[in-house]
Amino acid sequence: MRILVCISNVPDTTTKVKFSTDQKSFDDGGVQWIINPWDELALTRAMELKEDASNPVSNVTVVTVGSASAEPTLRKALAIGADDAIRVDAVSSDAYFVAAQLAAVAGSGDFGIILCGIESSDYNGSSVGGMISEIMGIPSVSAVSGLKLEGEEVVITRDIDGGREELSVPAPFVGVVQKGIAKEPRIAAMRGIMMARKKPLQVVPAADAESYTSYKEFAMPEPKAPCKMVEADNVKELVNLLQNEAKVL
Amino acid sequence: MSVLVYTENWDGKFKKLSYELLSYAKSVATLVGGDVNALSIGKVNQDELSSLGNYGASLVLSADGTPSGLDNQVYTEIIAAAMDKVGARILIMAHNNSGKALAPRLSVRLKAGLAAGVIAVPESVNPLVVSKKVFSGKAKGKVEILTEKAVLTLSQNSFEINETAGTASVESFDSGVDLAAAATTIKDVQKQEGKLLLTDADVVISGGRGMKSGDNWAPIEELATVLGAATACSRPVSDEGWRPHDEHTGQTGKIIAPNLYMAFGISGAIQHLAGVSSSKCIVAVNTDKDAPIFESADYGIVGDALKVLPELISEIKTVKAQ
Repeated sequence: MRILVCISNVPDTTTKVKFSTDQKSFDDGGVQWIINPWDELALTRAMELKEDASNPVSNVTVVTVGSASAEPTLRKALAIGADDAIRVDAVSSDAYFVAAQLAAVAGSGDFGIILCGIESSDYNGSSVGGMISEIMGIPSVSAVSGLKLEGEEVVITRDIDGGREELSVPAPFVGVVQKGIAKEPRIAAMRGIMMARKKPLQVVPAADAESYTSYKEFAMPEPKAPCKMVEADNVKELVNLLQNEAKVL
Repeated sequence: MSVLVYTENWDGKFKKLSYELLSYAKSVATLVGGDVNALSIGKVNQDELSSLGNYGASLVLSADGTPSGLDNQVYTEIIAAAMDKVGARILIMAHNNSGKALAPRLSVRLKAGLAAGVIAVPESVNPLVVSKKVFSGKAKGKVEILTEKAVLTLSQNSFEINETAGTASVESFDSGVDLAAAATTIKDVQKQEGKLLLTDADVVISGGRGMKSGDNWAPIEELATVLGAATACSRPVSDEGWRPHDEHTGQTGKIIAPNLYMAFGISGAIQHLAGVSSSKCIVAVNTDKDAPIFESADYGIVGDALKVLPELISEIKTVKAQ
């Protein structure tokens, strides 16, 4: 079974967010780019599955949609352990456009498991994974916090109201993963970084697809009112404020 | 141009988010000049269904066949059929686990642009433009929907519930979808009495390294029980194994937006704040007066969480008893 992990190339999570002077686009000057944190967890789990010899996983491929500037992020994924990488040569305009590109890649290979993070830390769309599955007409499972193989059977754990459930899903399918799928993202070792340079990174042209949405403008949030401090020996006052001012109790 | 709301219930009772969605939908429907229709999936009794009229619904479609679990394809079919049935242009869902699972599929199915996690009523209707948070709450963006239809998922606790005196007619809805066709099979369900879904919870009580040890969590759990809250933790706490990984909230953990978030002994690293900053009200208790959590908090106490917690529990119990 082959696994495809969809990677979003996002600004480092500590980035101070800035926009262009007309407020219409993200200002990426001086930004460090990373693998979207949840995609990194998905990749980590994919590697764990492949490395366990009892699993029938033959190959882990990573894919991203982006310009050549996204390639260092793909190389990082290869250094973590992916066998090969694909870059769809296009500027991502919206979630549907990106999902259409990824669905075209996913459909062109014999992938049994297609993994995406639950959202990207830049535009927080939580959309691409579900869209890929609907475009391809295959099952999807969301909020996946556990994924294992029992022979050829894929068994997934997800959170539900009041607890969690295990379910079985036929391949091919899209798994949209969240925290729990892997404990911590794997860090590339020096040997992995050396090997990554020689691993195949294929560039494919964009498929024809439209955009469903477009960002018109960005703004910083309104400044928050300063925190109201309450003395540690006056918990009564805190409860009073929560009840009568914030009205949240 | 009518609007359809996908409501959610738990064991036959509508979740609070359903009322938020309907109140929001009513405002959207007023802008576009149409009716609010609600779709309910699963077994819900007549009184509960018609009560949706109090929040703005004029028609409630009740698909009372109960799928055994959330199969994304089956639910997508049912909701798409309901959109056709009422001829709706805008579909409104919650930006929660099920909304995140279904909205993208419906966006593709309906050829409808998706704005995920919207925080306000549209600022224009033609074209439809809505605001949402981006960069994990560090900024806001205005999204234009380029398609005829739209799917909007509403960020939790971003819209006030408005009760009206309306009445809704209730119609049984047979979507024609074969429930047995679900591709996914539920193998095992583990439910715990009183265990709330962290990502949907209205109140979340969270502990950080300032709790000093995993053995000190009893007051966090007690406060959560008193308030009907879910429990959460910061990353160092789950990394230390003091609490399970599924309680970790933050940039790389769960992203939550409860009505009330109470952080005990959490300093508030930028990655933690990214996961909780959408909360409506943040309360922080920390020994360090310069901890960054106080910049994001609405109310704060500089003090030892282990000393403040018991007093807080007893005070809240007193207030609740009144």
